[in-house]
Amino acid sequence: MDLLSFARGPALQFAIGVFCFGVTWRLAILLFTPQARDLTPARKGALPSPIAGGREVFRRMWPEIHPTGSNMFTTINGYVFHLGLAVIVFGFAPHIQLIKSIFGTAWPSLPNFVIHIAGGVTIASLIAALVKRLTSPVLRLISTLDDYISWAVTIAPLITGYMLVGRLIQPYNTALAVHILSFVVLLIWLPFGKLMHAFIVFISRARTGAYLNHRGAQL
Amino acid sequence: MTKDRTLGEHMSRRGISRRAFGKYCAYLASTMALSPKMAPAMAQGLAAARRQAVIWLSFQECTGCTESFTRSYSPTLEDLIFDFISLDYHHTLQAASGEAAELAREQSMEENKGKYIVVVDGSVPTKDGGVYSMIAGHTNVDILASTIENAFAVVAVGTCAAFGGLPYAKPNPTGAVAISELVGNKPLINIPGCPPVPEAMTGTIAHILAFGSLPELDDKHRPLAFFGESIHDRCYRRSFYERGLFAKSFDDEGARKGWCLYEVGCKGPIAYNTCATTKWNGGTSFPIQSGHTCFACGSPNFWDQGGFYKSLPSRTSSIGTVAGATAAAGVALGAGAALIAANRKKQYSKET
Repeated sequence: MDLLSFARGPALQFAIGVFCFGVTWRLAILLFTPQARDLTPARKGALPSPIAGGREVFRRMWPEIHPTGSNMFTTINGYVFHLGLAVIVFGFAPHIQLIKSIFGTAWPSLPNFVIHIAGGVTIASLIAALVKRLTSPVLRLISTLDDYISWAVTIAPLITGYMLVGRLIQPYNTALAVHILSFVVLLIWLPFGKLMHAFIVFISRARTGAYLNHRGAQL
Repeated sequence: MTKDRTLGEHMSRRGISRRAFGKYCAYLASTMALSPKMAPAMAQGLAAARRQAVIWLSFQECTGCTESFTRSYSPTLEDLIFDFISLDYHHTLQAASGEAAELAREQSMEENKGKYIVVVDGSVPTKDGGVYSMIAGHTNVDILASTIENAFAVVAVGTCAAFGGLPYAKPNPTGAVAISELVGNKPLINIPGCPPVPEAMTGTIAHILAFGSLPELDDKHRPLAFFGESIHDRCYRRSFYERGLFAKSFDDEGARKGWCLYEVGCKGPIAYNTCATTKWNGGTSFPIQSGHTCFACGSPNFWDQGGFYKSLPSRTSSIGTVAGATAAAGVALGAGAALIAANRKKQYSKET
């Protein structure tokens, strides 16, 4: 079995197995572990919890720059690489083909030059995020190995993908295999590190929103 | 033509001018992506070349490679057989049969020790002592071993010989192997394809004749001149790929407009071959130009790449069952862990 066949076959299958197990395992623990009930009465004017939670999910999607501009970089840069990743994952024809082979649904792809631009911008944005993390004393202090691994496994498929499209690795088969394997590593790591926020971000925001609303905090 | 006479002498006897021969060599050098400066050297080398003894062994194959070889545009088969090479043994083309044919092979091996080229098409079965393909009472393994012993080089033509091909495809009932697994350190050239582009076969032999050495090869022993670039990189539909314009089926509007066939399973990006440039039938066309996808037939394991009409990024193994089973296991384990934690908490509350 050559490297590409291994990457497209058993490696991808194994990674999806680990990914599904990890995500459902963590979600089940989160959702099924009984929480201490808040016995305090809700503050006057508090919204019903589901509405407050839903509102908080959407409210936090809107960028909010601090008056001093101290969070300007992290806010804008965060949007840049998240949107860039979305464009690449959901707009590039080969990625749509992979999604189609798994979920059976597809949509029109974007022209390659759009993907190339998005790829370059996203890589630059992720590098900028790392530089910020390393140069900011506070960020560096609170960073753990998880942060650096999560960064590495996120940027790796971007770099290998860029090298694949730009023919920087030859032959193409090897480049494609390396790209798929870098995605395999991302899939395996995702449920067990901070990248799991892709699944729990809305749950945690809703929960926080409902809790703060109950306590009468101004949001 | 005697074996002592050079090709140049033979050409002049047949009335072929130096100019015509020079033009032909320029074409050949260009086909092989050699520098234009190499054309005179090639002409000089070919003119001085003596007839090359070639023994062609056919094992687990379909004769498609020979069919392709006989449709070579230039040099023509006639040129190749009578001018360039002395095809001393070939099941399909030789007149002799039975013991006479085997004798011709043995005689050629004896007379051209260390100089003859062995061309092999077809894979070699190794299971059960190699009984699944035998010639004159001998297994293919034995015939190959004895024939290549004193050969100058081995040329594996076709994907079956180069990489195992169809006989090697799962479940490989005959234990087929590629020639590369049986030739040891003997110089080997792979010219894969199902069938290979004829010019790639004849051009490679012409290179050996002209320069007395093997052409530059890639890591899979393929001549870089013919297998150095992918079909995708040289495809005239490439611009549609870049613009995101794809045929979704073989009879939709995109297909009629000649858009990229990537989404209907074209394997052009992983196919290293010369079809898109040399083309077939004297440069007439190639599969993609005819509206079909590229199968990457010159690649290892092309039969087992998940389906000819599945796009390249598609998964090749079943994922639904794995995803379902692992997700169920994750939920069960997570819920179980949550339940145990809840019970412990209750117990702790009671104790305190």
